[in-house]
Parts: sequence; structure tokens; C-alpha cells
Amino acid sequence: MAQSEDIGGVAAEPSASLDWPKALRDAGLLALFTLGLSFPILAFRTRQDLTQGLVLDPRWGLVATVVAIAFFARLGWLVFGGALTRGAAAGAARVSRALAPVKPYAWIFRYIVLALLAAYPFLAVLFTGTGGALKWIDNFGIQILIYVMLGWGLNIVVGLAGLLDLGYVAFYAVGAYSTALLSTHFGFSFWICLPLAGIFAAFWGIMLGFPVLRLRGDYLAIVTLAFGEIIRLVIINWVELTNGASGISGIPRPTFFGLPFNASDEGFAAFFGLQFTPLHRLFFLFYLILALALLTNWVTVRLRRLPIGRAWEALREDEIACRSLGIDTVITKLTAFSIGAMFGGFAGAFFAARLGFISPKSFEFMESAVILSIVVLGGMGSQIGVAIAAIVMIGGTELLRELTWLKAVFGPSFDPTQYRMLLFGMAMVAMMVWRPRGLISNREPSIVLHEKRAIGGDMVKEGHG
Amino acid sequence: MSVSSGDAPAGVKPPILQVEHLTMRFGGLVAVNDLSFDVARGDITALIGPNGAGKTTVFNCITGFYKPTAGRIALYRGATPKPGTLDALTNSPRRFATGDDGGIFLLERMGDSEITARAKVARTFQNIRLFTGMTVLENLMVAQHNWLNRASGYSFLGLAGAKSFRDAEAQAVDIAVQWLDRIGLKGRADDPAGALPYGDQRRLEIARAMCTGPVLLCLDEPAAGLNPRESAELNEFLMSIRSGNGTSLLLIEHDMSVVMEISDHIVVLEYGTKISDGTPQFIQNDPKVIAAYLGVEDDEVDEAETELEK
Ligand SMILES: Nc1ncnc2c1ncn2[C@@H]1O[C@H](COP(=O)(O)OP(=O)(O)O)[C@@H](O)[C@H]1O
Ligand SMILES: [Mg+2]
Repeated sequence: MAQSEDIGGVAAEPSASLDWPKALRDAGLLALFTLGLSFPILAFRTRQDLTQGLVLDPRWGLVATVVAIAFFARLGWLVFGGALTRGAAAGAARVSRALAPVKPYAWIFRYIVLALLAAYPFLAVLFTGTGGALKWIDNFGIQILIYVMLGWGLNIVVGLAGLLDLGYVAFYAVGAYSTALLSTHFGFSFWICLPLAGIFAAFWGIMLGFPVLRLRGDYLAIVTLAFGEIIRLVIINWVELTNGASGISGIPRPTFFGLPFNASDEGFAAFFGLQFTPLHRLFFLFYLILALALLTNWVTVRLRRLPIGRAWEALREDEIACRSLGIDTVITKLTAFSIGAMFGGFAGAFFAARLGFISPKSFEFMESAVILSIVVLGGMGSQIGVAIAAIVMIGGTELLRELTWLKAVFGPSFDPTQYRMLLFGMAMVAMMVWRPRGLISNREPSIVLHEKRAIGGDMVKEGHG
Repeated sequence: MSVSSGDAPAGVKPPILQVEHLTMRFGGLVAVNDLSFDVARGDITALIGPNGAGKTTVFNCITGFYKPTAGRIALYRGATPKPGTLDALTNSPRRFATGDDGGIFLLERMGDSEITARAKVARTFQNIRLFTGMTVLENLMVAQHNWLNRASGYSFLGLAGAKSFRDAEAQAVDIAVQWLDRIGLKGRADDPAGALPYGDQRRLEIARAMCTGPVLLCLDEPAAGLNPRESAELNEFLMSIRSGNGTSLLLIEHDMSVVMEISDHIVVLEYGTKISDGTPQFIQNDPKVIAAYLGVEDDEVDEAETELEK
């Protein structure tokens, strides 16, 4: 410990007094450590030869490479790391200052963003043609907006009420499966399934919340995690109802007030006298999810300024003080949980109708983790922060697919999307180092007497249960 | 009906709170032992005693944060009930009985938030518990949650932006601003509560408790950490709450300048047991209290007692 502190001091002022022998020794030690670690893991590859015997292929070149990388990476960090850290910290601070809503321009900013969102599908067609627009609207636009909506929904639970929910995807699944089942069995249209999905998800939110919400912190997190898994396992194993792991297909697509998006004479295109193109449906889906996401945002922002929203935030700050003020904490937590779940259910209904096919694979724990990291990266409680985090994280993942030129570097079997989780993890670590409270950590007061001022993130508590 | 409240009854004012045979055990430790005392309506009653005497535990039992091991805690709101009603209520499974002119609440049967919401008992904490990341004004608005939430039609009217809710909210802000005026923090209404100096935080916590509209306010060491000037201000503030709002006060305090100056009635605890109960003059001259506070040996107390009995 003491040693690394010394070296930290050295690294902070590289020009003044870089202690080369010390840095070399440190890097050497790490290289030795890496050697020790990689020897059992990397040094031999086992395979069976023709006689079924085990053969060890030594891979000394690989070990040497890894050790060398460790040595030079550590040395480089010791020499340049200080400047790097300072630069990154300054950069992060700059970004956050720029992102913090500038008071007089906030509303202009809001309208510009809304206008851009409304124009987005048209801009996509304009810039990338009909073929390219499919990808830009579907993979980027719709995909990101789903996660923005999920992030905003979870933000009510985690960001406002301070309840760590690791099983949010369960409500997404409830929404998707109730839509799928109601529409395939009873022929309900999407517009009936949508509110029902929200109601079912909210109902399950209450069912789960009632026994669980007296738990706090880690316990709540673990129980919600388990609940998410239970829902998924029930879906997989209740084959008669859900068709198990093979999923449900043939879910009717949403229609435009009864007009289907197909090439038939009763279709949307024919009715409006347009040339049929699959883009119509995408445009429609894009505006639909945009409307749903904006609804989530509108409700959240309004609820925050109502007594219930203030009680959520008070609960996050100090549950005991809330109880001493006569606030029924169980009911307050339940409302947060069920409203968050309801928006998850809406998003699930949209998800089912968009693809026409759902399977349990879409509702694994990884999804909960991604949604939660969006909320945490964005800054708990901040609507804009969550939106930006969703764009960065989901857009970033989609962009990885675009990096096909990397195949030229790393060989044809290289798949950049496989590194998605690695990048997620690195982004998380970087954020926790430089902006531990997320992109936007400032809190806006919900009511103002004289003058609106944001509250610094260091004052705001994250809640613990 | 009333359990005799010990050595020197504090006047004949009707009680608002009656604590009878209250016992609280934590495992083998008896934190409060068979404690009985009354808080008279409109009085400032002080609960004093050395550290670890069990004062905070008594508060936690009264405000529902702990379920007492044994004992009865009755709170009377409004008119003093007819004799017998308390025992009738105790023998029924109900937690409270309310009528037009008030009600009786058996606090040992009620939960913490229910006690504040229904029985109208509010409290502060020994370690200040403000919502530090919320503004001063927001803290006072949260305290008015219950009636505001009802006025917002459980959020439905509020979401729709109904006028009735906006009026109610304006009224709640008015109430908050009046309290801010009284504690001299109106200018800092939009600052985060965590940014206030310590003394201001103490007063804000009291104002926040008052925003719940209590009939009984329990303050756990409100003067701890205050300088003499702030202490004097606090005295004035507490007196004004008593006279202006008709709220009875029960306070735990170490600062004798506060206790002796403002309290009408003092209860002294030591090792969970009541050792004295009476007016400030009576307490000041009670040898048991003097012994407890000066740390005199037990046999000397007995000596003092025998001397007194002569
Ligand atoms: N929750 C608890 N669990 C166990 N012991 C407790 C608890 N609360 C208080 N006590 C014990 O009860 C005794 C009285 O504590 P307290 O009421 O805080 O004293 P005071 O407020 O008079 O200083 C102490 O010995 C304390 O350790
Ligand atoms: Mg105490």
C-alpha cells in the first residue's frame, strides 16, 4: 500500500522527479506476478491426439507477450498515468458542466431536442437512403428509445425512491408475455394489450413488493434478483402456456388505428395513396416508442413535484425520518415499485409487438444489469443523464457491430460485439473513478420559493434499500 | 384511574400522555424499568438523566420505533375522556378510539408512522435526521405529506394539474414559510438542508416536526451542540411553540440552563428507573438527583435519604 502511494506521488509529477528505478522495479514485479498467473492458465494448450492421449502444446510466445504487455502497461501508467488521470478528470468535469442545464437556455435546448427526435426518421432517410434508414431507425432509434424508457422506468424505483431493484426485467417480461398471450389467444389488438400489460406489470410489482419491501439494501437487491430469475424460469418451464424456451411467435403487429402496415388494399400505404414500403411501419414504431418514452418522462417529472414524488426522494434520503413524519413507507415504496413496473410493462408490450416474436432469452439477468447500469451511469434520479447513458451504452453496442474493419486487423473470426460486456465494465469502472455519482449528479429541487438552484451531488443520498 | 406519578405531583392539569409501567428489555439488558409518568397538557416536560439512562429508549417506545416489552402508553387528544374509557379500550383489541372531541390512542400498539399520522405525536432525533439533499422548503413540504397527498387525490388530481391541489400546495408552502420565518431561515429556503450550520439544522428539524401538526412534540436533546446564544434562542422558540401552537412538549435535555428555565415538570431517569419526578425546584433540591448527577456512591445516597426523612 505504502509503496503504491509513493509511486502515485511520482506519477503525479512526472517532470519533477520520476523515480525510474522504483518505477522499473514496480513494473518488473507486476510482470513477474503476471508470469506466475499466466503460467498455469496460458502456458499450455491441451488437446487430444489421434490415440485419444492428452497432448500439451506449449505457448511460450503467448506468455511472453502477456508478460511484456503487463510490464510496459504498468510502466507507461507510472510515467504518463498522472497526467492521464488529471486530464480525464478535467474532461469529465467539463462535460458535466456543459451538460448541467444552463438555466436560460434549458427550454430552447428541450425544444431543439424534441424537434430533432421528431425529425430523426426523416433525417435518417435523407442521409442514408431507404436501405440505410432501416438500420438507423430500427437498431439505433427504436432500440435506444426502448432502453431510455426502461431506464426512466427503473429510475423511479432506484433513482428516486432509492430501492435497489436487480430484477426489473421481470416486469418487462410480464408486459411482453401478457401482450403476446392476450393477442395470440384472444385476438386482442395491441392498443388493448398495451394498457393491460402495464396493469399486469404493476400488479406483479405490488405482489413482489408487498413481502419484499420491508427488506433493505443488499437483501432487497438479492430478492429482486431472485424474483427476476423466477419469472424467467416459470416462463421457460410452463410450456403449455408460454411455449417454453422456443417462445411465442405470430404476435400481431400494431396497426395504425386499424390500418395494418402491409401491401394489401386495406393497408396503411393504400389508404393514404402511398407507395408501400417497410419504412412506414418503422416510422410508426419509432413514433410509438418515442411517445411512450415521453409519457414515462412526463409522468415521472410531474410525480416528482407531487407529494408522492417528494416522499420517494425523502425515503431515499432517510427512511426513519420519513416514518417520524407519519409517512407510510410501505405504501410509498409500493407506489414507486408498481409505477416503475408499469412502465416496464408498457415497454414489454411494445417489444413484443415490434418483433412479433418473444422468447425467454430476451429477459435474462443481463438485461436488468444493463438497465441498472444505464440508471447508475446516467446519475440516479436524473432524467437527462439516464437518456444520455442509454444513448451511449446502447448506441455504443450497436456501433460495435459497425466496426467490421477490425476484422481486417484481428482476423475474420473477430467479432467486436463479443467485447460489449468488457467495454460496459470498463465504462463502469471509469465512471466510478471519475464521476462516482453518474453523468449528472446534481439534483433539481421539486419546489422553489425564491430562486432555482441545483443541489450538488455530494449532498444527495443514494438510499440503501 | 391515573397511576400516581410519584413523589411530587405536578399540578392538576389533565394529562395528554400517560406512561404506565413501561419496561423495555434488549436481551438481558433492562433499558427502561417499570417507568410511569404523566405529561400534562400544555406543559413542557423534561426527561433527564445520565447517558445511557434509557431516555432515548423511552422516546422510541412513545413514538413507536420500539415495541415496549411491557406497559401502557396512552395519549389523549382533545377533551379528557370519561373515566373507564381507557380501561375499556385497553381490554379491547383496538389500538385507538376517536370521537368528535378527540380520542385515546394506545401508542404501544401502534406503528411509528401511524403514531405521527393519527395520534399526532411528532419527534426529533438525537442525531439530526434531515433530508440533507433536499432543500429547506422541501423538508417542510415532506412533513405535510399526508394531507397534501390526500389533496392531490392520491396523485391523480395532482397529475391532472387540478386547481384544488394547486391551492392546497400553495397553502402548504404558506405554512412552511411561516415556520421558516419563525426560525429565521426564510432566506435559505432553497438551500439544501445539509448545507445549513448545525444550530439551524436543529431548529429546522423542530420546525419540520411541527409541520405535521402535532399535539405532543418530543425533542431528543434539542440543545446538544448549541452555543449559549443559540440555546437561549431555542428556549424562546420552544416557549413560543407551547404558547402559540398549544402543543405540549416532552424533551430530553442535558443542558440544565434549558431544562431549569423552560420546563414545568421534570422526570429523572437513572439506569432505566425513575428516581425523581416533580417541579424544577423540587428536582434541584432532591438529594437523589444531586447524587446521580454528581456521581455519589449509593450508600451516601441512602445517608442523604435517611437524613431527609428525619
Ligand atoms: N436497539 C437497542 N438494542 C440494544 N440495546 C439498546 C438499544 N437501544 C438502546 N439500547 C441500550 O439501552 C440503554 C439506554 O440507551 P438510551 O436510551 O440511548 O440512553 P440515553 O438516551 O438515556 O442516553 C443503553 O445501555 C443502550 O445501549
Ligand atoms: Mg439518548
